[in-house]
Amino acid sequence: MQPRKGLSALLGFVLALAAGGTAWAQQTIKIAYTDPLSGPFAQVGDANLKQMQYIIDFINAKGGALGKKFELVPFDNKSQPSDALIALKSATDQNMPFIMQCSGSNIAAALIEAVNKHNDRNPDNRIIYLNCGAVAPELTNEQCSFWHFRFDLHAAMKAEVMVRALPKDITKVYLINQDYLFGQSVQREVKNYLTKLRPDVQVVGDELIPLGKIKDFSPYITKIKASGAQALLTGNWGPDMNLLIKAGVDAGADLRYYTFYAHLAGGPTAIGAGGDNRVLAVMPFNENVAPEIGNAEAEAFARGFREKHKFDFSSAGFRTIFEYLQAAINKAGSLDPTKIAYAMEGLSHKDFLGFDSTMRKDDHQIVSVYFVGVFKKGVKYDAEGTGLGWGTAATVLAKDIDQPNSCKMKRPKM
Amino acid sequence: MSAFRRHWIWLLALAVLLAFPFLFYDWTKGRHSGFVLTLMSEIGVMAIFALSYNMLMGQAGLLSFGHAVLFGLGAYCAAHVVNLVKAGTIWLPTELVPLAGGLGGMFFGYVLGWLVTKQRATAFAMITMGLGELVSAAALMFMGFFGGEGGISIDRVMDTSLLGVAYTSPWQVYCLVLAWAFIAAALMQLQTQTPLGRIANATRDNFERAQFVGYDPRMVRLLQFTLSGFFAGVGGGLYVLIYEIVTFDTVSAAKSANALLAVYIGGAGGFFGPILGTIVVVLLQSGVSLLSNAWLLYVGVLFIVMVMYAPGGLIGLIFMHAPIWRIGRLRELTVPYLKALPAALLILAGFVMLVELASFTTIGAAQGKKLAIAGAVIDTGSPLPWLVAAGALGLGILWMRFAARGFRARWDALIEDARRQGVMS
Amino acid sequence: MEVFVVSLLNGLVYGMLLFMLASGLTLILSMMGVLNFAHASAYMLGAYFAFTISQHIGFWPALVIAPLLCGLIGAAIEMWGLRRVHRNGHVAELLFTFGLALIIEKVVQMTWGLLPVPYRIPELLDFPLFTIYGTHFPAYRAFMLLVSALMFGAIWLGLTRTRIGLIIQAALTHPEMASALGHNVPRIFTLVFAAGTALAGLAGVIGGNYQVTEPAMAFTMGPIVFVVVVFGGLGSLTGCFIASILMGLIQTFAVVFDVSLADLLARFGFVVTKETPFAEVLTVTLPRIGALLPFLMMVLILVFRPRGLMGTRDT
Repeated sequence: MQPRKGLSALLGFVLALAAGGTAWAQQTIKIAYTDPLSGPFAQVGDANLKQMQYIIDFINAKGGALGKKFELVPFDNKSQPSDALIALKSATDQNMPFIMQCSGSNIAAALIEAVNKHNDRNPDNRIIYLNCGAVAPELTNEQCSFWHFRFDLHAAMKAEVMVRALPKDITKVYLINQDYLFGQSVQREVKNYLTKLRPDVQVVGDELIPLGKIKDFSPYITKIKASGAQALLTGNWGPDMNLLIKAGVDAGADLRYYTFYAHLAGGPTAIGAGGDNRVLAVMPFNENVAPEIGNAEAEAFARGFREKHKFDFSSAGFRTIFEYLQAAINKAGSLDPTKIAYAMEGLSHKDFLGFDSTMRKDDHQIVSVYFVGVFKKGVKYDAEGTGLGWGTAATVLAKDIDQPNSCKMKRPKM
Repeated sequence: MSAFRRHWIWLLALAVLLAFPFLFYDWTKGRHSGFVLTLMSEIGVMAIFALSYNMLMGQAGLLSFGHAVLFGLGAYCAAHVVNLVKAGTIWLPTELVPLAGGLGGMFFGYVLGWLVTKQRATAFAMITMGLGELVSAAALMFMGFFGGEGGISIDRVMDTSLLGVAYTSPWQVYCLVLAWAFIAAALMQLQTQTPLGRIANATRDNFERAQFVGYDPRMVRLLQFTLSGFFAGVGGGLYVLIYEIVTFDTVSAAKSANALLAVYIGGAGGFFGPILGTIVVVLLQSGVSLLSNAWLLYVGVLFIVMVMYAPGGLIGLIFMHAPIWRIGRLRELTVPYLKALPAALLILAGFVMLVELASFTTIGAAQGKKLAIAGAVIDTGSPLPWLVAAGALGLGILWMRFAARGFRARWDALIEDARRQGVMS
Repeated sequence: MEVFVVSLLNGLVYGMLLFMLASGLTLILSMMGVLNFAHASAYMLGAYFAFTISQHIGFWPALVIAPLLCGLIGAAIEMWGLRRVHRNGHVAELLFTFGLALIIEKVVQMTWGLLPVPYRIPELLDFPLFTIYGTHFPAYRAFMLLVSALMFGAIWLGLTRTRIGLIIQAALTHPEMASALGHNVPRIFTLVFAAGTALAGLAGVIGGNYQVTEPAMAFTMGPIVFVVVVFGGLGSLTGCFIASILMGLIQTFAVVFDVSLADLLARFGFVVTKETPFAEVLTVTLPRIGALLPFLMMVLILVFRPRGLMGTRDT
């Protein structure tokens, strides 16, 4: 009976494909969104998807763009570039004007290359790649592309934010990063900006660790303590960051942890109360910014998500992406990706918190306000029900992190 | 004429594969569906990969957990070669890029094979697993050869085609993949009939006896491993041409697992089993994953059902019918099959619905999705859909039990008949 | 000295956690020949069960109940699944456990969500036991050491002093002989599989809050357990114990020594510069590859000594 069952499943699938393939009338502005949605890293895509959906509903309620509503079409890429490229094919088949991806610079690099080639070879069926979180600096420097827009600060800019937020009394720091492109660029850039901005700070240790292989970070903590460091600077994410901080807290090390990603979903739970006033994160947004600066409207917007999903709204910064899209599409007056891309570059915008940002014309890199949050008790909105939340320790304005770039942008004819 | 008669199945397959993408051709815009073509190219590449894996598992009885290392290293070699060609350092026709990948795979197959083929059975499996972990970690750490996280990207349009094809469209690449897939499959099938292929079988079936007869089993394993590396590398070379990038995940354990799963689901026994298995695995992975977040669960259930009820794989299920077909009474199975079909469909529908409901209430709902069947949105909060799903599943199982009894009686009678007529092997 | 003592303690704790995980697998693999890919999933289930139970009735009952639940699940899997698959060969068994691991991961995601759960160390044990050179040694780590040592003792006594233990030992080294002597080998298989799963569950209970309880924990813990078992050698609990401690210590001490092959070559007067072939490989320091050393060691030992450290027969 098995072959029949398999066959019928296959048939059903082919039919479903055929149905999906027939072009729907363009009622909505479709954005293909690809990130891991299954498997061990599913929480990454899941958290992003929920927040984007909330933002899209909000933007659509405000009229969308050109009278059309935005629609997010998720594709599971299982953290594999090849699957992301299949999603790209699917998106271009259906004439979607945008593809969005947040997690993994390897996938981002693959997408940039593929979008470039696709747009060159199919001038009538172009697509724009919106990068919402792949932060390798190369992507808007050596690899920069007219079709790629990055809506998050890249690693070098985040490194500068981190260095700028380092208090004056810290003079000895220790660096731990993951041994791959991203970790290596964090390592390079943090050291670079330390020498530039804080020559008084001494780097007493500098390590690379294999990605996701270490289960016990206690030996590193021992080494860090022996080095006399006051602060640990790390670009680690996921288990590599959680376990590192946990080990440090357990060992009672008198350290401050400057991280890139402690605020992402799962981080606060893993760190727990032991991280009180010790863990800091470089972040585009946290829910306590709005009450701190007294912006009731932004606060209500963020609270809406929390009430709806019983979960933190850590990536409200995504709202900036959709507001840029809205503005660019309205300015272009068309859904033609080439026109939208021309409209988007150089666009300036005041975000919902009231800070300025710009999509730089020469490299398609956003320059926006960034915060350094500290994980502590007694804030208005706590994180993941831990009782602790992110308070703002430093605010770095867009004009302070407007770093130079080496992009030589090639633009197509209109 | 006799050649045609013997090989008609290959020609038929080729014709079907060439025609199939036109089912999805978008006539209004005059272009192929890039998604379908890429998916089918992926199937082609993975089929070569799975067949090369079967050279180890099916033919030589070597269970490898790190076969993707050969695939990926071949792909990296091919990518470097393409970049050299593009830079004008060397000249190579685009059509022969997979050959460069193959030679790379063969080289690494020999070098690594020298290490791993010292052992067999579980020790071999564990060594390949360790090597796989080491190589995939190295692929992230070293920029020079692997390009780090970003991988090595290429441009397949290099104006060196022998046929004057530019390879700008997925259709052209698909045709190239098809050609190579057929060449590789034919070569691999021929290899099964060479002395090496036969001795590999012998060392699989009776290791000690093969040794006594005078063959060095280690040498047999090494040669087989090297050759298998060549074909895996050919697959890697094609992968580079399709995606125009090669990253560390081509050497990862997940890729290796895919080969193992494809071979087992399809069936390691028959030559075409791995191809069938590949089709199922790729469709599950790249097709069903678009429809459902719970696709990994379906994969898991499929494996368990397969290993419990169909250890010979899909090809094994088909071959079971051979004796009945030979006595010309296959038609008599139609009615029992038709009786079981609704039961199977009910079970499938009930199970899928239960899983989707559960997955939806826990994860999907918050992602802002709506669970809809044929446009009708389903309220997952109410008990009705759950009851319907559970009912369908229960009914299906009962029905299946009933239908299976009748089926078994008929089946046994037919097999008995076949045995009496002496067509059972 | 300071670094040495602290690292020794940390290495020991990690090694003992590995041992708890690996001891169950070594029993299953040596006796049944099953490469159980779902073993780390049992570890994960143990942690999640303990999390839920400790929310309702506390950590201490969870320490007993969660492993028992895992053991029951293990027994059910063996009786209704593996036993059927057994006759289809080892590859079928392996794929069966692989499929099971996928299902368990998805079920965990659907039941407890995609994010880490706040499974915390019980308050009773949440204090630094002693401070050595300014570094706290948490009481919970001492507790982990204690539990794993007790477990090692219990398994060892069980295997050498009880009747069923002796039969298991016999079946470990000579499975055919044991069944020829009329022992109910299938029942022993069920027992061993259940016990192995329960041990993994126990490891999950005490490892889940020491690490982070999340759906990816099985995925990340899986390969290293195989390494320990194979390195230690099939059929030898002592080998498994030594291998676990060794792996724990090696990974811990690798972090301490900042040396690379280039440094070694420099001793012999060979200076590695950027132009040297393979400079990238030669200048990798030991801490960068510390976590990969177990895999390297496994490959090497299998190539030259396929029975592992103390194995009773070839892997």
